[in-house]
Amino acid sequence: MEAAAVPAVDAKEGVPAAVVAARDLTRRYGEGDTAVDALRGVELDVQREKLTAVMGPSGSGKSTLMHILAALDKPTSGTVWIAGTNVGELNDTETTKLRREHIGFVFQFFNLLPMLTAEENVVLPLTIAGEKPDKEWREELLKKVGLADRRTHRPAELSGGQQQRVAIARALVSRPTVVFADEPTGNLDSKTSGEILELMRDSVDALGQTTVMVTHDPHAAAIADRILFLADGLIVRDMPRSDQGAVIAAMEELTQA
Amino acid sequence: MLSVALKGLAGRKVRASLTAIAIVLGVAMISGTYILTDTINNGFNTIVVNSYKNADLVVSGQAAFKNTNGNGVETPTFPASVLTKVKALPDVAAAAGSVTSDSVKLIGKDGKVIDTGGAPSLGFSVDPREQQFNPTKLTAGTWPSGADQVVIDKATASHENFHLGDTIRLQAVGPQRSFKLSGIAEFSGVGSIGGATFAVFDLPTAQRVFDKPGQLDVIRIQSKTGVSNAKLVSEIKPLLPPTATVRDTNAQVKEDKKDLSFVSFFKYILLAFAGIALFVGAFVIANTLSITIAQRMREFATLRTLGASRRQVLWSVVVEALVIGILGSLVGLFLGLGLAKVLNKLFVTFGIDLPQGQTVFATRTVIVSLLVGTLVTLVASIRPARRATRVPPIAAVREGSVLPVSRFAKYGPVTALGILAAAIALVAVGSLGSGIATGPRLLMIGVGVLLLFFGVSMNAARVVRPLAAVLGAPARAIGGAPGILARDNATRNPARTASTASALMIGLALVTFVAIFGQGVFKSFEDAVDQLFIADYAVTATNTFTPIDVAAGKSLVGKPGVSDVTPIRAGSAHFLGSDHDLTAVAPNVATGIRIDWKQGGSSVPGRLGTDGFFTDSDYAKSQHLHIGSPVSLEFPSGKRVNVRLIGIYEMPNGGSPFGDATISTTLFDRFIPRPRDEMVLVNTPDGVSAANTQTLEDDISGFADAKVQTRDEFKTNFIKPIKKILNLLYALLALSVIVSLVGIINTLVLTVYERTRELGMLRAVGMTRRQVRMMIRYESIVTALMGAALGIVVGVFLAALVTHALSGQGIVFAIPWMQLVYFVLAAILVGILAAVIPARRASRLNVLKALQYE
Repeated sequence: MEAAAVPAVDAKEGVPAAVVAARDLTRRYGEGDTAVDALRGVELDVQREKLTAVMGPSGSGKSTLMHILAALDKPTSGTVWIAGTNVGELNDTETTKLRREHIGFVFQFFNLLPMLTAEENVVLPLTIAGEKPDKEWREELLKKVGLADRRTHRPAELSGGQQQRVAIARALVSRPTVVFADEPTGNLDSKTSGEILELMRDSVDALGQTTVMVTHDPHAAAIADRILFLADGLIVRDMPRSDQGAVIAAMEELTQA
Repeated sequence: MLSVALKGLAGRKVRASLTAIAIVLGVAMISGTYILTDTINNGFNTIVVNSYKNADLVVSGQAAFKNTNGNGVETPTFPASVLTKVKALPDVAAAAGSVTSDSVKLIGKDGKVIDTGGAPSLGFSVDPREQQFNPTKLTAGTWPSGADQVVIDKATASHENFHLGDTIRLQAVGPQRSFKLSGIAEFSGVGSIGGATFAVFDLPTAQRVFDKPGQLDVIRIQSKTGVSNAKLVSEIKPLLPPTATVRDTNAQVKEDKKDLSFVSFFKYILLAFAGIALFVGAFVIANTLSITIAQRMREFATLRTLGASRRQVLWSVVVEALVIGILGSLVGLFLGLGLAKVLNKLFVTFGIDLPQGQTVFATRTVIVSLLVGTLVTLVASIRPARRATRVPPIAAVREGSVLPVSRFAKYGPVTALGILAAAIALVAVGSLGSGIATGPRLLMIGVGVLLLFFGVSMNAARVVRPLAAVLGAPARAIGGAPGILARDNATRNPARTASTASALMIGLALVTFVAIFGQGVFKSFEDAVDQLFIADYAVTATNTFTPIDVAAGKSLVGKPGVSDVTPIRAGSAHFLGSDHDLTAVAPNVATGIRIDWKQGGSSVPGRLGTDGFFTDSDYAKSQHLHIGSPVSLEFPSGKRVNVRLIGIYEMPNGGSPFGDATISTTLFDRFIPRPRDEMVLVNTPDGVSAANTQTLEDDISGFADAKVQTRDEFKTNFIKPIKKILNLLYALLALSVIVSLVGIINTLVLTVYERTRELGMLRAVGMTRRQVRMMIRYESIVTALMGAALGIVVGVFLAALVTHALSGQGIVFAIPWMQLVYFVLAAILVGILAAVIPARRASRLNVLKALQYE
């Protein structure tokens, strides 16, 4: 793909080249004695067209990290760049525009709109942006997630796995710079989880979709190209693609430390 | 995005319908009011237009003035010779003269005057040779001919069971008379003439019965072909006396319809109640939308993460409200057709029976109903819609996110208190301040009351907890655990409970105000009667209000067992630049009425003669009148007489039985043809006793419309119709209370929906269905009682101010405790009713599903 040829040189002064980058991120909740530091100086560059998993025990700050990377939450200090834009400098309207152009979401609880059909849910980001969905692309997506024959079903008529497939198609439909997946298998049984993970892996391999996935499921992390381990608000380990056993071992090492 | 909003609405039909119902009732009231009053107007219109059918020109009596807001004026007659002169004109093809009356009271088979509920008892003559002018048509029998024949209207004939050939008695001028029923007729093209009755005679008989010998009230004229109306008018004008005028038929119809302005008055009153219902509806809609939006936070947040802007979120809510508003208004518009019938039934029940034509569904009705309903919904949606825009995208991934407060929120409590203070100040200054013109004064009070409702509702959230603690105590005592939970549930979201209760507050505040104000009026009236009325008996019309022919009173003079008879005549006169009620008394008026003379002394009534009058201290002061001031009285006939002020009496609290000027009966009878008495006061040698009452009743038995009453009976009978009007107001305010009941239902249904998982948990740990129902019901009652408590406080406050402001008129501040107790009971009933559906929904939740509910 053409995009892979982009040189890893700063386009503007001081702007990291990575599609998503974080520098010295901290996030403090509360004040005074009861203050909790969820992030304590995170540095991160997300690699283009790769699946990055963020792992860590509960309370490690992985959800907070993702919320901040995805511009859902603001850091106490530090900077996040998405596609070369400093997210902290954007107002609400500009953030909205950023989301439309660059960000896709996959949620733990699917977050489909119950009154829309599967197909309508898939094209919703385009509808909101006032764009016409490309028919071929839409068909390709529906086929890819295996819902071509259930396009007129509403979420209530679909199984959990099917709902998450719809959500993945929805995240991909606008060909965003990055897809953030928040515990995408957290609400699914293991068999269905496997199918969903396969689909996510495929979206990276076949479509070159840059993806960041937060999970505490080693099975899920094992499909990632790169696994970041978070503990006490810091990235403590950066692992290349590993099997489930290695992930579990790494986790155990973390929790015992 | 629009389609997303609409699909969302379609997916939440129950919630959308709940919101819409709040607007439906108010709009139905608007549409029903228009339909009813248009239909009534159409009825009157048909009657008026039909009265002059086939006539090109109409000659009618012309009063010098109208005195529409007082005793009214009987249109003067003109000599019958005018007809002969008109007929002699070469341009006239046909002309017919007629006399009319609005007080030919028909007497039912039970010997009592048929009650028309305030509608006129019409009488007129018909010339059988000039049928083309006849506004009525026979349904049976023949037109009356001769001194003993009458035709009456079909509705009365069937209602009172009169048949052709029956003898029917009627009361016009003088004692009652008997007639033979020669026929039965109806107005052409009118559905119902309401409570009115009519009696038709031939011309000489009518002139005799109405006491208009040799006189006419109206001439209908048909011109020869090719003669213009203008030309004929100019030919007829010189033939007319000053008390008559000629117009073309269109102008005459317009003139006659001026007397029907009360229908418009009626319309505005009803629209005001529609406005109140809509105001309450707006509260309910705003509250229901706020709750739904709080429940849909994750949905809005998800939309934001998918790239929806704040503006898009705002519009999606506004579009929903727009659709709800349009649909609700449409339903309300058509519901108005039914409500118009219900309203009419209601009025008939309360003694207001007006004519009905063909049902009129005017374009204006459609436009105003839809526009107002939609706009009110839209305005009510703005605040909730703005709240929706504040939902942060992160709420899509977080459980239990709460709405961030607006950046103005920190000023909230100050603003709320400020509005409340401003409202109280406005109402207080508006009602108590001196030197303010009526217009601005009413505006101040109106705006103040509106603000007061907002102010109280904004501050109500802070009294929810203490109120719930007090009002919820019985719930705890009776209901045990469900009772405690109910009370706590009511305080869980104080803003929500406060705003739900506020909707009920508005209705109850107004009801309380009406009750206290009414009580004050009654009390002042009763005090006035106790103070003024010193006679043993009063003879009045059977309905106590309409004046009666003087013959009834005259017939009592000199009868054995009657010591004093003193009449009070009622009429109208024009003087000092405006129309006034004119009364007349006999020299012995002091035997019946206690008058507190400030100037002139007790000899005034005896000295009135034919050139004296007396007035009250207030009027004398306002017109700078003093003893000897000359005043020129103009009578409806246009005749004038000069009188001088010879006495001034102290204006009694609670009103006076006299008009702004009172003259002698001698002078009155000289200038007012067919004089009538407001009442005749009578003393018997040994006061009130059953025997004396019987004697008097026997004495006036020849006058079917006269009634003998003691002082207490007079008071009760006088107040009765006012009480009816109060009850009518309660019935109309009930609509607003129903709207607020819908509001409570909405809140509870949405709350149950929201607490599904919690209810499942309660059931899982052993709460029975009955206890669940009980819990919801108690919460509903606590909310309703809060509305009642706030409403009664606001109502008492408003009534205290207004009665204080009117204390000069003798209006006292008296709290009708029993009625307030009824209102509280009514609020409890509202609470119980509102809980029925939500409680059933809650108790029928499937425990397992409820626990899994996300």
